[in-house]
Amino acid sequence: MSGQVIVQRPLDTGALNTLRERAERVLAEARRHGATAAEVGVSLSQGLSVTVRMGDVETLEFHRDRGISLTVYFGQRKGSASSGDDSDDSIREMVKAACAIAEHTGEDVAAGIAAAELMCANAPDLDLYHPWAISPEEAIADALRCEQAGRVDARIVNSEGASVNSGDSLRWYANSNGFSAGYPSSSHSRSCVLVAEQDGAMQRDYWYDSGRRADQLGDAESVGRKAAERTLSRLGAQRPKTGKFPVLFAPEVASGLLGHFMGAISGGSLYRNATFLKDKLGETLFPEWVTLSENPLLRGGNGSAPFDHDGLATRAQNFVEKGVLASYAVGLYASRRLAIAPTANGGGVRNLSISDSGEDQAALLRKMHTGVLVREAMGPGVNLVSGDYSRGAAGFWVENGEIQYPIEEFTIAGHLGDMYKNLAGSGTDIDDRGNVHVGSLLLSEMNVAGS
Amino acid sequence: MTSVLTNNFDIAAETLLSPASLSTDALHSILSATLASSVDYADLYFQHSMHESWVLEDGIVRDGSFNLDRGVGVRVISGEKTGFAYSDDIALPSLQQATGAARAIARQGQNKQVPILKSVDSPALYGVENPLHSWPAEKKITFLKELDALTRSVSPAVKEVTVSLNAVHDVVMVVATDGTLATDVRPLIRVNISVIVERGGRKERGSAGGGGRVNFDWLLEDNRAQGWARDAVRQGMVNLDAQAAPAGTMPVVLGPGWPGVLLHEAVGHGLEGDFNRKGTSMYARQFGQMVASEKVTVVDDGTLAFRRGSLNVDDEGVPTRCNTLIENGRLVGFMQDKMNARLMGVEPTGNGRRESYAHLPMPRMTNTYMLPGNDSPEDIIASLDRGIYAVNLGGGSVDITSGRFVFSTSEAYLVEKGKIVCPIKGATLIGGGDEVMRNISMVGNDLALDSGVGVCGKDGQSVPVGVGQPTLRVDALTVGGTA
Repeated sequence: MSGQVIVQRPLDTGALNTLRERAERVLAEARRHGATAAEVGVSLSQGLSVTVRMGDVETLEFHRDRGISLTVYFGQRKGSASSGDDSDDSIREMVKAACAIAEHTGEDVAAGIAAAELMCANAPDLDLYHPWAISPEEAIADALRCEQAGRVDARIVNSEGASVNSGDSLRWYANSNGFSAGYPSSSHSRSCVLVAEQDGAMQRDYWYDSGRRADQLGDAESVGRKAAERTLSRLGAQRPKTGKFPVLFAPEVASGLLGHFMGAISGGSLYRNATFLKDKLGETLFPEWVTLSENPLLRGGNGSAPFDHDGLATRAQNFVEKGVLASYAVGLYASRRLAIAPTANGGGVRNLSISDSGEDQAALLRKMHTGVLVREAMGPGVNLVSGDYSRGAAGFWVENGEIQYPIEEFTIAGHLGDMYKNLAGSGTDIDDRGNVHVGSLLLSEMNVAGS
Repeated sequence: MTSVLTNNFDIAAETLLSPASLSTDALHSILSATLASSVDYADLYFQHSMHESWVLEDGIVRDGSFNLDRGVGVRVISGEKTGFAYSDDIALPSLQQATGAARAIARQGQNKQVPILKSVDSPALYGVENPLHSWPAEKKITFLKELDALTRSVSPAVKEVTVSLNAVHDVVMVVATDGTLATDVRPLIRVNISVIVERGGRKERGSAGGGGRVNFDWLLEDNRAQGWARDAVRQGMVNLDAQAAPAGTMPVVLGPGWPGVLLHEAVGHGLEGDFNRKGTSMYARQFGQMVASEKVTVVDDGTLAFRRGSLNVDDEGVPTRCNTLIENGRLVGFMQDKMNARLMGVEPTGNGRRESYAHLPMPRMTNTYMLPGNDSPEDIIASLDRGIYAVNLGGGSVDITSGRFVFSTSEAYLVEKGKIVCPIKGATLIGGGDEVMRNISMVGNDLALDSGVGVCGKDGQSVPVGVGQPTLRVDALTVGGTA
């Protein structure tokens, strides 16, 4: 392979200074247009993505994206604009557009940037930037090893491919109250999607690993083997009978359950009156052994960030303590709409985790005895306004604490409030590949609809 | 743009090429440089995209935003291999750099000749006018406020109202080593009304909306926007009375229009060319066979005037068509982009689509719908001894390999002995595409398309689509309720 490569890797962190200059130039331009306050985010990211399929290269993609987003305030009226490039012309056009919009929006007492004393004074280095010096050729070879390791069993008849992705990004945030800070970060992943067949019926499954550091990812072969193991385990799936059963959510779907909870206690849902958890502060929502917390300052964490989208210093904090809702998760704007203190959750929650009940997945299966292990949840089906939950699922039928056979084409339904209250176990089999770090979660009873 | 241009090509050339002093001759030279002997195809996709959004919440237009994005994507294909790079800077040096990166996929060698670029003729399914400029800002604000007031006036149970107004103006140009020179100017608008209704301590959501490749005046014609506002409240009120949905397998009647999400998930994705070329779709080995009840004919039609899913040309410069996918139950067509069509030895079908210049094209749906049958909707509902009548749905998803798909109801009723008993809470319905399509036993005479709100996601890329169907009966689907 030859050819000039558009992506020069790794990203030069010196470019952070360029981002800072652009951010400050945009703020100055906004001021020149009469804005009384303004805030701007500037980003630059680049990456490499390769996919191989059935032993050969399928795609080689080079990514490089820039972005600027601006919000201007004229008193309590605001306007926003963003641009995919940072040429002087685009910046002028963007500032003009944001200011024109602010002429027409209404007065919003909650609008505005953070007071200087609330903002993050010293952004700590959270060890988020570990560029991966991998060439396209090496990435292809890595993906080929991954897919090959997954195609050993003859029942793996096809593949959707194995991919290696590596990306770096620089972000800068500045506002007219004097905040100006940014940092580099990296994110790498390996994934493999396989197809198995038995008796004319095909099944597909996948596995992936992702993280800030390439050397902490599961190696190519292990990702391929795990994808194969998961795909093969689906063969011969049956439909479970309809009834009420305990359900064990595997870690990869348990994260969604906690995500729904965070969505229901987020500022946006609260001030829109769009959550079943409004006015529940201080109430017992989980069993007493449950603590739900975030740790945004975790070094090298996938969800880590030194400050939130409003420039507020992030902090470790509990949302649920001893089963009781201790705090909502609110960003600056929502905090003003709700007249409560912000919790530095502008942009969401970071590195969420739940206390475990000291049991691994095998122990939780034994505790469940008879029921359903869910490993895939499909479709939207979650209503945070009413708390009603109903989703499609696939997984395994469990009896006597042991997996019996794969099951598919069934639904699981209940009310989120009951589901959280009836949490019967939280596994030590933590999945920390994403922003939610959680093991298997056991719910004492849900409605299962199948044949 | 200052001059008034009415022709796709002139607008695209002035928007995309003129600022960089690029000519179609220069593009021809760049394409020629990519076409090494091992390269089968290469294309350049230029895009200039403007997006504006206004949101009214709690009676106040609290935010508005404007986004400008432009760039060029370069794709080089050699056999089944694709090299891809893009730049947000439309200029000769960036183009050359991106081209150099994308062609790294292919072995180098003697270059082949690129034919003279030839303009692709296509019909004008929608206007070229920029919808962002079709109303002054004051009129947009007034529109949002009036819609808010109307929504609140429908019922005292309405507690929260959010109204959003979006407009996109997309200008694209595709040039390719097969001589393609195609342009499209694509307007797209959408309005959405979402309410929270509350009564007796119970809260529910209702929402409705619509849009298309039109300008804002269209929203006022036939009181369209007002109709959606009333419908959002009606839906919320219905759900306040909803009982727990039943759990288990039972017959389901789906209403006309948006419930066509069923087809999109149950068969649409499975008939996309890439999955069938690779053999990962359960339909890959069923071409020419009966895959649905003989009452079922499904088309994907990108040529419907002003529709959200329509395109004059797809993102590879191929004019869209009305492609029959299933005819009287028989699988007769896949949806193709150029690459998968070439590898499968068939013609492209005008289904090559991409989210933006920074994404690779793939076979995607446009407007997918089922043709009407002979049954009256009343007879179809009356045929239910005990089952569900789903009038409206939320979203859905599918595993194209096993064929399992889900969708969730947002307005549905329990029916017993042919009579509607009560509304039921939102539930997820799950089935296997194969059995469900064979289990369609009644097809109504009331074909309707959705109001123009669909977004389809695949491999992380979102594109606007349309769906539609007449009222139909599926003899068995699994309903994920709690009763």
